[in-house]
Amino acid sequence: MSATRAARQAKAGTTEPAWVKWTLISLALGFIFLFLLLPLAAVFTEALRKGVGAYLEALTEPDAWTAIRLTLITAAIAVPLNLVFGVAAAWAIAKYEFRGKAFLTTLVDLPFSVSPVVAGLVYVLLFGAHGWMGPWLQAHDIKIIFAVPGIVLATIFVTFPFIARELIPLMQAQGTEEEQAAMVLGASGWQTFWHVTLPNIKWGLVYGVILCNARAMGEFGAVSVVSGHIRGQTNTMPLHVEILYNEYQSVAAFAVASLLALLAVATLLIKSVVEWQFEREMHAAAALPPERPTAPVVA
Amino acid sequence: MAATPFGAAGGAARKRAARRVLPGFNLTLGFTLLYLSLIVLIPLSALVLKTFTLTWAQFWAAVASPRVVAAYQLTFGASLIAALVNVVAGLLVAWVLVRYSFPGKKIIDALVDLPFALPTAVAGIALTALLADNGWVGQLLAPHGIQLAFNRNGVVIALIFIGLPFVVRTVQPVLEDTEKELEEAATCLGASRWQTFRFVIFPSIAPALLTGFAMAFARAIGEYGSVIFIAGNMPMVSEITPLIIIGKLEQYDYAGATAVAVVMLGFSFVLLLVINALQVLQRRRSGGAT
Repeated sequence: MSATRAARQAKAGTTEPAWVKWTLISLALGFIFLFLLLPLAAVFTEALRKGVGAYLEALTEPDAWTAIRLTLITAAIAVPLNLVFGVAAAWAIAKYEFRGKAFLTTLVDLPFSVSPVVAGLVYVLLFGAHGWMGPWLQAHDIKIIFAVPGIVLATIFVTFPFIARELIPLMQAQGTEEEQAAMVLGASGWQTFWHVTLPNIKWGLVYGVILCNARAMGEFGAVSVVSGHIRGQTNTMPLHVEILYNEYQSVAAFAVASLLALLAVATLLIKSVVEWQFEREMHAAAALPPERPTAPVVA
Repeated sequence: MAATPFGAAGGAARKRAARRVLPGFNLTLGFTLLYLSLIVLIPLSALVLKTFTLTWAQFWAAVASPRVVAAYQLTFGASLIAALVNVVAGLLVAWVLVRYSFPGKKIIDALVDLPFALPTAVAGIALTALLADNGWVGQLLAPHGIQLAFNRNGVVIALIFIGLPFVVRTVQPVLEDTEKELEEAATCLGASRWQTFRFVIFPSIAPALLTGFAMAFARAIGEYGSVIFIAGNMPMVSEITPLIIIGKLEQYDYAGATAVAVVMLGFSFVLLLVINALQVLQRRRSGGAT
């Protein structure tokens, strides 16, 4: 009797009364409904306000198409470059000890805390008509600002740390033992990377890539500064949304925005699947029988 | 205690051995430094160098004119309020996700990252559509004289949206790791549930909460896309600092834009250092507890 009462008391001490619990849950769900779910729903309702016909018409318009194409091209350049950088930086930072490592890690994170508008501005100052390299670029007829290269550069800047930041803690936690074993067994550096390191970090890599891609396709502030908003030429999807919205073409603006919202939903979905997959592998690894059979304990 | 220096020495020796065995140090570090310099460091130093072309009086005129000061006040004030709201709401959401089970929990957990994944411009027009006088939420509030769009309220709401996941995602793992045994011990010693939360659980998650606050605040300071649609952008009233930079650029006032940008850059750098220090503190705390 006393044991069950003690147990009940302990339980009462580590959980809240049911009414507190359900109040907290309703408050949290209410907040999420108001701040996250409702805006997401608003995008699709506004896009379909005048029916499916108007929605599709807005998406098949030529300017919308060039915007979609430019967004895809930008992400296709920025993400792989940051992927290579992320893997290289994580390898250098996680696998070796050297002076200034903490400072280097901070610098890698720097673009996260710089305002996107400032990120765009720095490239204007470097490559713009009045910038440091402006006269030289003009003389050689190279356009970076108000053209595609500037958009790509600004996108690379704002998505710079995404993949490195996922990989560094992951590779640090895994240490270097497995790679050393592979090297001792005669594998080359590349073989070690492809067959030992890469399988270990694959989920972190996918995770970083999809987040990087979502930001690359959705970046607005930095790209807005360097793009010049030339319709049908230097408009990415988010910029096209802005232009349509400011021209009071609400349905068209939300139609293009709905594509970006779908991208966000897909990103969240893939991200969750990756997390569950990663957790399952961790559980499977934990459930593996120990390498040496333990002797049965004799009571 | 005596084991620590020995262990550290052993670790260093092993790391040195690793350096000999694992190839690619020069290649990866060299590439990292090159890419970092080209994309981030050289462009940012161009920004700082550009300000040196200004005299001190010009610089001061650009960064301290009344309109710019009003923009700083709005940016910092709104970011502060939004980050504080996010601390409360983020702790609530993290708590509910870690401690309770309810239908649809996995979906809610995934949804928390929506502000990371949704392009800011889309968030901006969506929130505006909701809160404008004819929107779903706006039409309920308009008869009561409450207006949330096209003024400072809108700025705060957009910044709350942007910052929420920072607090949830920093507090959630720490809350998962807190030891139930400590709470049981507190109960056995006669603490009420509230006392247990206040004196046992809260101190262990406070550093994470502070880190989340700083991250949400830092992000809010620089935010542009989601705010400009909902703010109304009236000079002196609801014009944020990044918009000042854009405005100066549109008037070809590159020097003025740069001066304001340097002020913002300096501030984000300080915040970055603070966040780093907080994370070191947090790691040391959790290391000391085990």
